[in-house]
Amino acid sequence: MSNIPEGLRYTDSHEWVKDMGSGEYKMGLTFYAQEQMGEIVMVEFPGMLDFSSGDILGSLEAVKTAEDFYAPFDCKVVKINEGLEDEPALINENPYEKGWLVVVKTDDPSRYNSLMDAEKYSEFIGE
Amino acid sequence: MKTVFELSSPGRMGVSLPELDVPDSSEIPAGLSRENGGKTGLPEATEGQILRHYVNLSTMNHHVDKGMYPLGSCTMKYNPKLHENLARIRGLSGVHPLVPSALAAGSLELMYRLGEFLCEITGFKGVSLQPAAGAQGEFCGIMLIKCYHESRGEPHRNEILMPDSAHGTNPATATLADCVVVGVESNEFGLVDPEDLRRKAGPNTAAFMLTNPNTLGLFESQIEELTSIVHEAGGLNYMDGANMNALLGIAKPGDMGFDVCHLNLHKTFATPHGGGGPGSGPVACTQELARFLPDPAVILEDGGIYRLCRKQDSFGRLLAFQGNIGVLYKAYAYIRTLGAEGLREVSENALINANYLKAKLGEYFDNPFDNGPCMHEFVLSGDRQAKQGVKTLDIAKRLLDYGFHAPTIYFPQIVHEAMMIEPTETESLEDLDAFIAAMVSISGEAAEKPYLVTDAPVNTPVLRLDEVKAVKELCLVEPVEEGDNP
Amino acid sequence: MSRFIPNQNEHREKMFHEIGVEKFEDLLEPVPEKFRLKGKLQLPDPLSELELTREFEEFASRNRGAHLACFIGAGAYDHFIPAAVDHVLLRSEFYTAYTPYQAEVSQGTLQAIFEYQTMIARLTGMEMANACMYDGASAAAEACLMAMRATRKQRILVAGSLNPRWLDVIRTYLKRDDFEINEIPFLEDGSLDLATAKELIEGGAAAVLVQYPNYFGLIEDLQPVAELIHEHKGLFIVAADPVALPLLRSPGDAGADIVVGEGQSMGIPMSYGGPYAGFMAARMKLARKMPGRIIGRTVDRAGQTGYVLTLQTREQHIRREKATSNICSNQALMALANVVYLSLMGERGFREISSQCYHKSHYLEKKLLEIPGVSRIFENTPFFREFVISFPVSSIELRDRMIEQGFLAGLPIVELGEGAMLITVTEIRTRDEIDRYARAAAEICGGGSA
Repeated sequence: MSNIPEGLRYTDSHEWVKDMGSGEYKMGLTFYAQEQMGEIVMVEFPGMLDFSSGDILGSLEAVKTAEDFYAPFDCKVVKINEGLEDEPALINENPYEKGWLVVVKTDDPSRYNSLMDAEKYSEFIGE
Repeated sequence: MKTVFELSSPGRMGVSLPELDVPDSSEIPAGLSRENGGKTGLPEATEGQILRHYVNLSTMNHHVDKGMYPLGSCTMKYNPKLHENLARIRGLSGVHPLVPSALAAGSLELMYRLGEFLCEITGFKGVSLQPAAGAQGEFCGIMLIKCYHESRGEPHRNEILMPDSAHGTNPATATLADCVVVGVESNEFGLVDPEDLRRKAGPNTAAFMLTNPNTLGLFESQIEELTSIVHEAGGLNYMDGANMNALLGIAKPGDMGFDVCHLNLHKTFATPHGGGGPGSGPVACTQELARFLPDPAVILEDGGIYRLCRKQDSFGRLLAFQGNIGVLYKAYAYIRTLGAEGLREVSENALINANYLKAKLGEYFDNPFDNGPCMHEFVLSGDRQAKQGVKTLDIAKRLLDYGFHAPTIYFPQIVHEAMMIEPTETESLEDLDAFIAAMVSISGEAAEKPYLVTDAPVNTPVLRLDEVKAVKELCLVEPVEEGDNP
Repeated sequence: MSRFIPNQNEHREKMFHEIGVEKFEDLLEPVPEKFRLKGKLQLPDPLSELELTREFEEFASRNRGAHLACFIGAGAYDHFIPAAVDHVLLRSEFYTAYTPYQAEVSQGTLQAIFEYQTMIARLTGMEMANACMYDGASAAAEACLMAMRATRKQRILVAGSLNPRWLDVIRTYLKRDDFEINEIPFLEDGSLDLATAKELIEGGAAAVLVQYPNYFGLIEDLQPVAELIHEHKGLFIVAADPVALPLLRSPGDAGADIVVGEGQSMGIPMSYGGPYAGFMAARMKLARKMPGRIIGRTVDRAGQTGYVLTLQTREQHIRREKATSNICSNQALMALANVVYLSLMGERGFREISSQCYHKSHYLEKKLLEIPGVSRIFENTPFFREFVISFPVSSIELRDRMIEQGFLAGLPIVELGEGAMLITVTEIRTRDEIDRYARAAAEICGGGSA
């Protein structure tokens, strides 16, 4: 069984999104997705730029797979998890805490609510 | 094993060169001459030491001359020895690529005739022998298609349709050619779904790229419908000829509605794979596309004169010179050795061998698309073994212990735990039976003693290698020892 | 059946039985009837080994160019190849193996290519190299694409003194509306026009690509252009001639970020244009942007050293449309020729080859300049192994008449003048051949002896 915490929102590209208040959202990769990928060896981060919904924010690499992660809605990247540059495997060890990827800011918080909740995401990945 | 750098000791020589027989000229100005006192860091060792080093290294390789190499989609057949000698004849290997055409008349005639043979085999009218490998052939083919659409005032056509089971080079080629990939779904039989193709083909379609037989080893039975759908939408059809070993003398891509295809001479025409290359990826196409073929082309002029020439509408050059000519020599030799009947025998026996393996292994491994004969290869799934805790990767590694190379694994991606097996026509029934026995034995081990499989390989020069470490602690060159220059 | 097919009719019968069909045609059931060939392919009758050998010898005899003294270069060179190189290439273990995907049974290829990467990196003064590209020209084109990915800029500046065939290949690979290629002109002495380069660079560029020595054989100081492009956050790509590198300041030392080149000079026959091997080296920080295969060192489960394909997520079989290139097959056996050649030559041997090319080409140039009416095209710029001379007669006519004397005299470059010829002298050419060349040229140019 995957670890899918309540209280977070989820995307169909397997990111989790957490409401930090004041229009800021923290994002990371779900437990399920990191397990599928295997040990992550590199993270490529976006610049502190504006992105439209669905844009590629950055990419994650394991040994035999590589996946991009995407903007869940129109947003600006305001913070990246620099700790991952030296220790990308934190995403595997602790995907929802120390392994977070970026913090984004948006003007349109309603888009957050349209993402999947834990129950829906659990169905989405077939569990 | 030690590296060649560790054999080095100052003063040793591996060659003997003549003394300089002209007067010294002025030296290179100081600011332009090499740093570190001119050191390059090349080793210093004797000819004997170096030969021993590389011969010892070579013994750590599996290769076709040692044992079966059933790597799907790669067509690891026997490489005739005579052809190696022929390509090395001084008159053929010693010609500079920029000599006037009259001084390379032999090579040019051979190339011209090889082009004609490949047109006959594929059913096309135009050909270029320039692409260095299959992927460059794909790029060449897509460039022809782009030129075609541009010439018709439709430069906006930039979508390349391809099934989800396509070789990775297909989507990568589309990107290189500034096109976008549109995926087409496969149906329950592992074939392209014509309805999905119909939905996706449209005014932006540049081309439909298809491997036929496809990467499951299945012939696309509805090929006529598929290519018609694309033509009706104004697009062209590209055949990835990686699997042409199934079709020699049996069917021609040009008859099926394809407009262009590439061939892999290093697969179908028995030129060696060389540890990863050189290959050669000639492109054959319709008369309509031929005027866009790359520069330079071999032409035959009145009076039997063969010449390299530039064509006005060509999209340009792919390589500095005219292709991997040494590989062309060997492919020409292969076709001349076999003739029409011999080539047909190649494909017949490739099909028989593959179907025999499929029939005999079906009891022990899952075959998700077993609905009739396969062509020259087939794809099994290791799902059954995965439930026993043995992954396809483990089965592949265990096969190495039994003295076989592994099949292509985890491809195509539409099959779980995929094993793509291509025996080729040059394997004997006895060798096929030995491979079957190994696979059956491994399936037994997976059920009863899975650790034998998951710990494999144990009979190889090294054990399973740490690929995570290789990426995390990148070591891509031998470090320079302290105190050494550079 | 041919000598390549072991299964005879009795084997086929047995196999049909196991498969559950009666005859071969039953296996063709998925191929629609209308596409099955009814007749035979129209191909000439098969030849025996003996007959085929005769046919090849006949082809070879008509390649007269292979038996003339070769003074043509321009991207492919007639260099000495020690016999030992081919003995290694003819090991079945190397040439009948495939790409080293199963590392445990491919250590031979993997370690040899790791050693190749090391030698290329050392020669070019770079931190890493890949396992090779198709040829130097396609490597240069891929380097341009790589620089565009790394800098996210879409303009490439190419020295006008680049081999024109290489420029053609770059144009093919970069043929897109949103990509731009600008040429930086060269001055009267053949060196790069730095003032124009500066202007172009200030307009923004992913990279500047300079050939070293340039197409005309001229050796330029790379550092000023390296500094210019780096000031504007672009990359510096050098297309280097490996044979010149034992004598010349390495591109890495002069500030290059990516170095590409043609490996044909290092143990590979000219073979009318291929197969060759392009090399590509770079600074470590660019490793993940590289196209092609890369070998890395690691350990196995028992802790012993071994080698694997690494950074594979860049490649087409994993990244598909997002891969750094579509390249799959490369020219691995030719890279093996390079590494065996460089091992045999070693530190001193390769330097000696380089030095002989330098001195012999200068010797011929001096001899030719003694002929009345012959002049240099580019004054006072140092050159390596090749140079451009202006003859008082048409260079095409001179070339044709020199063929009758047994010489491939060089490559006419009519863009530089009717008498302009690019002439190459490698270590293979003897003093006697060079003297005879000069005498023959003198006669054609209007009598008198050189």
